[in-house]
Amino acid sequence: MPVLVVAVMVALAIITATPVETVTVLPSADGHVGTVVVQRGETQQVLHEAYATSRSGQTEVTRLSAQDVQSTYGRALHALPALPATFLLYFTTGTDELTAESRLELDKVLAAMRARPLPDVLVIGHTDTVGDADGNDRLSAQRAETVKGFLVGIGIPAERIRTAGRGERELLVPTADNVDEPRNRRVEINVR
Amino acid sequence: MRASLALVLFSVSAAALAADAGEIKVVQGAAHIERGSVRLPAKVGMPVQEADRVVTGADGTVGITFADNSLLSIGPGSSFAIDRYVFDSTTYAGKFDSTLSKGTLAVVSGKMVKQSPEAMRVRTPSAIMGVRGTDFVVRVTDH
Repeated sequence: MPVLVVAVMVALAIITATPVETVTVLPSADGHVGTVVVQRGETQQVLHEAYATSRSGQTEVTRLSAQDVQSTYGRALHALPALPATFLLYFTTGTDELTAESRLELDKVLAAMRARPLPDVLVIGHTDTVGDADGNDRLSAQRAETVKGFLVGIGIPAERIRTAGRGERELLVPTADNVDEPRNRRVEINVR
Repeated sequence: MRASLALVLFSVSAAALAADAGEIKVVQGAAHIERGSVRLPAKVGMPVQEADRVVTGADGTVGITFADNSLLSIGPGSSFAIDRYVFDSTTYAGKFDSTLSKGTLAVVSGKMVKQSPEAMRVRTPSAIMGVRGTDFVVRVTDH
């Protein structure tokens, strides 16, 4: 075979070399294992057990050992940012005033900030089901803004803080409508 | 004329605000962000946006925390693109599409996946991964 033809064939083989991918589901920090659905053309593989692995070109779901995961993905896993630390502050009914206990909790937020190289803070307001949904959206946003004010007051730069109001969408304690539930009147602080 | 200029300025700044998908929290070794034709060295505290590509050198790693608390990290010798990132911090509805062209990726899924399964998808050259609330790793190699 002429050298040129061989060279072209080799070049084509390199160009068309199909990348190979491997996907492995890991147990999360709290032990929970979720699901990844891997779609390749018409075929689908569902991974829902710890270390279950799908690899292109293989029809069977296989399993990696924890050591294999560490040797292949150790550097990437090491670069994962810290899990967000979550704090809950509670309010007296219908107001944006913190309960006395929750004022003390602010110190813990400050400690979590100091433990991170460049923290940012997400403040998420929630309400109970007393009042209508729109009013609760506004009240939850107002509670988040109030807590942002406290955080700025203890020295956290305002530009590192974002706020959001979730209204009555995410009840900590599920209740019927129009139920006064102190544990639902809260602000969640994520230090990230 | 003045009104339309003001409108343009307003839309640009609104887009810039809306576009922050996440923030770089960890950088080791050589790594950069490709944003359009601009190449920015990756730094802790730098925001990342939809359409950014994260590229790491042979010794580089990058870790990013996204607006919905999704955590992603990219291992050495990798190329990873944020194709689409939308997240509503009130409803937790959103869409997160990304592509790993080569290298390694570790993912801890966040709030939008809890709200609506399959809101997050990761592509590789030959597969699409739908994510239902989990930690996972992906690797793409040439052979």
